[in-house]
Amino acid sequence: MMNSNAASSSTANPDAAGSPDPPAPRRSSKRPKYSKFTQQELPACKPILTPKWVILTFLVVGIAFVPIGITSLLASRDVVEIVDRYETDCIPVANRTDKVAFIQSNASKTCTRQITVTKHMKRPVYVYYQLDNFYQNHRRYVKSRNDEQLKKRSKTSETSQCEPEDTTPDGKPIVPCGLIAWSLFNDTYTFSRNKRQLTVNKNGIAWKSDRDHKFGKEVFPSNFQNGTLIGGAHLDESIPLSKQEDLIVWMRTAALPTFRKLYGKIEVDLEENDIIDVILENNYNTYSFSGKKKLVLSTTSWLGGKNDFLGIAYLTVGGLCFFLALSFTIVYLATWRSFLPVMEQKSRRALSKFLEPE
Amino acid sequence: MTRGRIRAKLRRSQLYTFACLRPHVNETEGSVQGCPRVIYCNQPHMHKKRPLKYCTNYISTTKYNFFSYFPKALFEQFNRVANIYFLIAALLSVTPLSPFSPVSMLLPLAIVVGVSMAKEALEDWRRFMQDKEVNARKVSVHVGNGVFSYKPWEKIQVGDIVKVEKDQFFPADLLFLSSSYEDGICYVETMNLDGETNLKVKRAMEATSPLNEDEAFKEFTGTVKCENPNPSLYTFVGNIEYDRELYAIDPSQILLRDSKLRNTAHVYGSVIFTGHDSKVMQNATTSPSKRSGIEKKMDKIIFILFAILVLISLISSIGFAVKINYQTPQWWYLKPKETDVYFNPVKPLVPGLAHLVTALILYGYLIPISLYVSIEIVKFLQAIFINQDISMYDDESGIPAQARTSNLNEELGQVDTILSDKTGTLTCNQMDFLKCSVAGTAYGVSPSEVELAAAKQMAIDLEEQNREIANAKHKNSGSEIELETVITSNDGNDFKRRIKGFNFEDSRLMDGNWLKEPNVDTLLLFFRILAICHTAIPELNEETGNLTYEAESPDEAAFLVAAREFGFEFYRRTQSSVFIRERYPPKGQPVEREFKILNLLDFTSKRKRMSVIVRDEDGQILLLCKGADSIIFDRLSKNGRMYEEATTKHLNEYGEAGLRTLALAYKQLDESEYSAWNSEFQKAKSSIGADREATLEHVSDMMEKDLILVGATAVEDKLQKGVPQCIDKLAQAGLKIWVLTGDKMETAINIGFACSLLRQGMKQICITALNSDSVGKAAKEAVKDNILMQITNASQMIKLERDPHAAYALIIEGKTLAYALEDDMKHHFLGLAVECASVICCRVSPKQKALVTRLVKEGTGKTTLAIGDGANDVGMIQEADIGIGISGVEGMQAVMASDFSIAQFRFLERLLVVHGHWCYKRIAQMVIIKDFPT
Repeated sequence: MMNSNAASSSTANPDAAGSPDPPAPRRSSKRPKYSKFTQQELPACKPILTPKWVILTFLVVGIAFVPIGITSLLASRDVVEIVDRYETDCIPVANRTDKVAFIQSNASKTCTRQITVTKHMKRPVYVYYQLDNFYQNHRRYVKSRNDEQLKKRSKTSETSQCEPEDTTPDGKPIVPCGLIAWSLFNDTYTFSRNKRQLTVNKNGIAWKSDRDHKFGKEVFPSNFQNGTLIGGAHLDESIPLSKQEDLIVWMRTAALPTFRKLYGKIEVDLEENDIIDVILENNYNTYSFSGKKKLVLSTTSWLGGKNDFLGIAYLTVGGLCFFLALSFTIVYLATWRSFLPVMEQKSRRALSKFLEPE
Repeated sequence: MTRGRIRAKLRRSQLYTFACLRPHVNETEGSVQGCPRVIYCNQPHMHKKRPLKYCTNYISTTKYNFFSYFPKALFEQFNRVANIYFLIAALLSVTPLSPFSPVSMLLPLAIVVGVSMAKEALEDWRRFMQDKEVNARKVSVHVGNGVFSYKPWEKIQVGDIVKVEKDQFFPADLLFLSSSYEDGICYVETMNLDGETNLKVKRAMEATSPLNEDEAFKEFTGTVKCENPNPSLYTFVGNIEYDRELYAIDPSQILLRDSKLRNTAHVYGSVIFTGHDSKVMQNATTSPSKRSGIEKKMDKIIFILFAILVLISLISSIGFAVKINYQTPQWWYLKPKETDVYFNPVKPLVPGLAHLVTALILYGYLIPISLYVSIEIVKFLQAIFINQDISMYDDESGIPAQARTSNLNEELGQVDTILSDKTGTLTCNQMDFLKCSVAGTAYGVSPSEVELAAAKQMAIDLEEQNREIANAKHKNSGSEIELETVITSNDGNDFKRRIKGFNFEDSRLMDGNWLKEPNVDTLLLFFRILAICHTAIPELNEETGNLTYEAESPDEAAFLVAAREFGFEFYRRTQSSVFIRERYPPKGQPVEREFKILNLLDFTSKRKRMSVIVRDEDGQILLLCKGADSIIFDRLSKNGRMYEEATTKHLNEYGEAGLRTLALAYKQLDESEYSAWNSEFQKAKSSIGADREATLEHVSDMMEKDLILVGATAVEDKLQKGVPQCIDKLAQAGLKIWVLTGDKMETAINIGFACSLLRQGMKQICITALNSDSVGKAAKEAVKDNILMQITNASQMIKLERDPHAAYALIIEGKTLAYALEDDMKHHFLGLAVECASVICCRVSPKQKALVTRLVKEGTGKTTLAIGDGANDVGMIQEADIGIGISGVEGMQAVMASDFSIAQFRFLERLLVVHGHWCYKRIAQMVIIKDFPT
């Protein structure tokens, strides 16, 4: 026992004397490795907002934006657009006190309108219907559809999410189910010019992707609009959904309560002062919620439909940039002598800080 | 073993006059009540069964174990309000109320919680590994029949007899039975408990102290009755029944876990408190979780966002209900007659409420959960950058900086006040003998660090002046050269010398040249005082053959090294004598001399001096004394003041140079004079009663007067590398630095000068208590009033100061601080302290450190940073907004409690000024950018 004591105290001794050197390998392993990244010495640059740079930037933005604004405004001006509001005019004067009753009755709802073309319209002339105060974006409404059912024949009985328009009272699935399909717009328009019919091309009015991928070629409507409450249009049960382009257009729901949907295309030019006779079937009930109905004929430019906003926005921003550039230049020319040294110093300091971190 | 034997025969207790006061045991009876714990010493088998089965010595500081980790860590995570919110949102998003698919809610939440939990697990794993290491440490335990064998700490039981060897930690709280010294003394270092580096004397009971051999424990049994485990370090109530007699146990017989045995070959002890019952574990506090300012601000913003969210949802759901009620009945395309929960025009309240929930989820993106994920990731990367920074890697110790928690990174850039420990943080806790003044002549040419720093500063100043004043070019350049030579000479020195504790340089004294000096006799006396007047023990290093000294304070060790270098090597101590090998180079042959120690009046902080009375070989009796200069000067005889003026001048110079000074003096005694005094002294020593200490002091006082001044010493408390420059730069950056130290005021001021915390032009405000001895309420009130007056006066003075460049330094002492920290005073104190450029608190306890930290933190509301290296700084580190541990020589407690650990104080500059700044800027930018979309 004595021996072990002596041995241990003698081994303890060098430690007490303090051996400052830990074994070398352990030491080197803990040393952080040098790399520009870990030492945060990577070169970096940062814009320094000197007056010249700021003025130049504003100038460039101004120069770029003003022409863009002008061209888009011009393009928008070229678009010819004719709008005809008809929801009140198409109800016989005698029935105007109770429009809802009229629209729900079985009376003939055919109505004739005359549209004068104000300006030459190049083909194709797009025909839209515009509804107002119609909330296609309501949550209950938006959700009420089943994409699986629309796509695949095997999923015909898949009507979840479609409440309250999922099945017929006796339990048969409705294809296409849901409130959206059920409330399909059913006003129809026939156009004629000088007693000659103008054909309305209804092909290709829906998105190609919708036709090809979202609505099945083998899915046929069934049990549609069979209930006691008829919502909107009926569908031809022999045509697959992918060909029912009115339905496809309608089911791409609008985000705002006022919206236009494409009805068809007129593939001929319309001359100025042409008078177009429209025979329309005013079937769709917007009177319950006092919504407006409008028929719209419009050409397009390379920028799309009529839209002045974009051009005005471009012009405003560009003009503002010009103004700022100008005022900065004036301020700068008036005072540059006094604050030049400060800037120099500041920028130099900022530079050195970024290039050589301490 | 031979050395051990020699030492074993020493009865060291006779050396001490004051430290080994023995209270006489007469209150042995009737202390059983309040002592519910029974321990059968040397009978650990008795503790295997209830009710004597106490907890094992296995310690665990981990938060979780394998099974509790999952539920507990999850609970922790969902304690955060944000997480709870996100959880509820995620749960709701599974219901049909949700406007979008649940994955987009659940995935980010899973990532946030998962990452945090993984971090927790990793940290806990580290703690577990550390515990494992501690639990596996070996200690020698009595296994029966006087045989000791090694066992891991965790296997130790209450009642075991353990034998702890030199420089080992005590594995549990032990009852000190005996040591390798015959009289049962041992020295312990309680660095981990209270941060004091000096050794403390513990003594065993007289009854058990003969048991200092392994065999003696064959038959030993005893029964200890003591108090239940408690966290008080300095009290102990209990008694031991041994040999059919009852002895009381006092706190000095308890060896506490985590303190270290020093200067003693081995001790025997009986285990009393194990594991979590031990006092140090009872003292452990769970570290509070710290949160950064940005996080707090973000919480506020998120709360506002949440309020906005609720408001928006409320408005929208009210609008929804109204619209449902008034308009939708006309919306035939919704089939309003077929109602459900979410759509009911007749009862709009139900769908309104349902919509509220939907809206809350829908607009939930207003509260950016992704921000939390991004912040976690960015902070993690920033922590890696800190860990990888090569400029904060210490080549000497091989320790890189470490960000132990990543959530305070950016807070580093916001620090306002730094509270620093001194020993081990600013200084290396190593004393170098640098200069001395003997017989009115100053010796020692090597400059102290303060002088170096000052010289450098002056050189820089002069350079600047040169640039400005071209005329004075010629004159200045001369002095500049002079200064530079001083600096370079020192740089050269670094290569050749490296004797620890000795940095003295003067050819007049070295290599025996002192014999040619005019006052040889005084010099001889000076060296002898250095070599004799101490309580250290020499120890032979068997590898190098050199002697090392185990002293109670590093000063003393420095003196002994210095004496050895001058040719007076202290090489042996016996019970009654000190042996010195004196070398006078002309003769070449060392002369061994023996000095009989007659009395030793040891050092206490109150006496501020120590003396020995020795009889030299010629039979002459001498009193050798060293102590604080003011004390010694008061006790000089009329003819002993020859060198007083010159020495005072030198002492002032040394003080300004940031050195610790002591004055040395002696006195010759007649045989008769001595014996008269000695009999009185012995009488006082053997007296019983409360006034024993007072009488002893009085008797000692009588002896220590009419001294003759010999000289003074100057010891440098070595600063760590780069500390003054670092403090300077931090001060320039506008940070306030407070030093909280356990040292005495003079030392603290010296160090303040040394690390450029105090400058010559600064006005020092010292606040001290009047007379700390007096007790009673009235006296206390008086002291308090006095301190308050001092504080208000100082505040007034600062207010009235006209000079905008005037800087003040506040120096306050622990006892005064205790009053100043009381509730009614602390705001006055703080008000004064924040006005001062630097604040030094000396003689403060670990508790006070934490209190001061809290005062600063709560009083100023600004970010505080505490830096320290020892276990005594743990409180402060945990209390401060950011705690930094110096991972150096001392234990790991400070590092374990800290948020960041660095190897050297000087790295603090880079950590704060570079990393803190960058982290803050980057996080802030990221929060803004991430918040913008929402």
